[in-house]
Amino acid sequence: MTWARIMLKAMTRPCAVLGLVLLWATAAHAQLEIEITRGMGTRTPVAVVPFGWQGSAAEAPFDMSAVVSADLYRSGRFAPIAAEKMLQKPTSGADLDFDDWSILGIEAVVVGQIEQTGENAYSVQFQLFDVFSHKQLVGYRMPASRGTMRRVAHRAADMIYEELTGIPGVFGTKVTYVTAKGESKNRVYTLIVSDVDGENEHVIMESSDPIMSPAWSPDSRRLAYVSFEGNVSTIYVQTLRTGNRIKVSSRPGINGSPAFSPDGRKLVITLGGTDGNLDINVLDLATRKVTRLTRNVAIDTEGTWSPDGNTIFFTSDRSGGPQVYKVSAAGGTPERVTFEGGYNARPRLSPDGSKLALVHLDRGKNYRIAVLDLESSELLVLSAGRQDESPSFAPNSDSLIYATRQGRNGVLETVSADGLIRQRLAAAQGDVREPVWSPFPRY
Amino acid sequence: MTKVNLLAITLLALLLGACAGQDIPDPEPTDTTVDGSGAGTDGYGDEDMGDGTFFDDEPQDELVMVIFFGFDQSDIRLEDQATLERHANQLANDSSARVRLEGHADERGSREYNIGLGERRSQAVRKLLLLQGASARQISTVSFGEERPAAFGSDEESYAQNRRVEIKYTAN
Repeated sequence: MTWARIMLKAMTRPCAVLGLVLLWATAAHAQLEIEITRGMGTRTPVAVVPFGWQGSAAEAPFDMSAVVSADLYRSGRFAPIAAEKMLQKPTSGADLDFDDWSILGIEAVVVGQIEQTGENAYSVQFQLFDVFSHKQLVGYRMPASRGTMRRVAHRAADMIYEELTGIPGVFGTKVTYVTAKGESKNRVYTLIVSDVDGENEHVIMESSDPIMSPAWSPDSRRLAYVSFEGNVSTIYVQTLRTGNRIKVSSRPGINGSPAFSPDGRKLVITLGGTDGNLDINVLDLATRKVTRLTRNVAIDTEGTWSPDGNTIFFTSDRSGGPQVYKVSAAGGTPERVTFEGGYNARPRLSPDGSKLALVHLDRGKNYRIAVLDLESSELLVLSAGRQDESPSFAPNSDSLIYATRQGRNGVLETVSADGLIRQRLAAAQGDVREPVWSPFPRY
Repeated sequence: MTKVNLLAITLLALLLGACAGQDIPDPEPTDTTVDGSGAGTDGYGDEDMGDGTFFDDEPQDELVMVIFFGFDQSDIRLEDQATLERHANQLANDSSARVRLEGHADERGSREYNIGLGERRSQAVRKLLLLQGASARQISTVSFGEERPAAFGSDEESYAQNRRVEIKYTAN
């Protein structure tokens, strides 16, 4: 435990009576380990050569090639070879002998170097070559410090991935999720933000009362979430860097399911009121004005915005079981969107606006993650669990993260939007739920 | 009239089992019938001995604090209606009493939708309490959905224990 964390704990002692300990920027051990549960038949063989090092210390402060290799492997599309199998270990394109790679069947090679330019200042460069054409596909140089090395590695991997697949990489993105540990009175709920590979985990909020429904702001600087401190539901918006949070909705009854508008100025929220009639509302964060969008005795909840901000998709059981509906963000008559099966809930739009992820009850009575193609109306079931929930698209629309069960605990899985690559992010401990993929990082 | 009263008192006393080792006072007849026939009556009476009161010190069943629900249901079962009537009486008799109705759902399905299902259950309890004499300002509702399970298993038995409304008195 760091000194800062102890100080924070001491400062928040009065709040501990309410069962709340607010924490921020507390690096912890990586909680997520990665295990591939389903992969495509063929992975493209590539090589990420150990980076060269020029600096005062004997060894480089960071193993760039290990992180870049791990990222490419985790995508499910690439098979980076081990360093021992390499016939040469060049650190720049000029030293590459393409025959040494084509003989191994390698299709693309990454070489790079780290150069120390100050006490805690470095220059990191990498180049990606196509072995067949001998052409450099991309070369890039970035400044770095010991604190930013890992992000620099993810950025390199993102650029390499995009060059090779045509799809922007998401290795530099983050994920937020909720964990619950312990039973009954000893239960502790934690809101966490980590890199998408499970590293660099930070506790954002910790409470003995439930925490739910985290949502990223479009600039990734803030999280909205629901907290049940004091046995009432309240929606907060917390700034990640400072740890400061603002209570944005604490009306009588339910305050739930927040989601930021694409411009970051509004939240769609669920309000229940004293009579407990859940309806979709839009909260303007600057004026605090609330506009009610639905007015129905049914449960209307889980609102989410279309990428253009014009439409709100939500869950409603006005027809009996829960189904997905959409309504204009300016108000109007809701229109039903899902028809296949008796249970379709918790819609989330892909950032490109073409697909809708949802929780779908299949014929075998399994709650699974499915994607509805809004153009063709085709529904594709992507997950294989019994109780899968909380789907969230990666910012490149190419994969999703969701929660599934492993024994009594929730764990996270990612799946490609075509269903072909699925991997489990094994949690070290506790019940992990409600993952939300961050927007693209700001480089 | 007196005869009827006495009979009723005796029967009630026997039924309640409250008379053991104790005399049940015979209350004063409360009325004298006078019709409009013009016939006069003479007053006669024993010394006043004051009104008696029935009492009941039988141990009460522990007040049930949790109401359970069927799958995807928010209907209150018949056997729980008497329980809720007792809560309603308690609230009606003590206007300073406050309850928080905490609705819960089993873990299946989507989390925020389950918040809705839990709220539907706490509202069903709230409506019954209001119908039976509690006042709206005495009751608050909250739904924890599937977030605070009472049983942690993923089986029908656990699910049944988790579909519930907990009645929590918060002030007296």
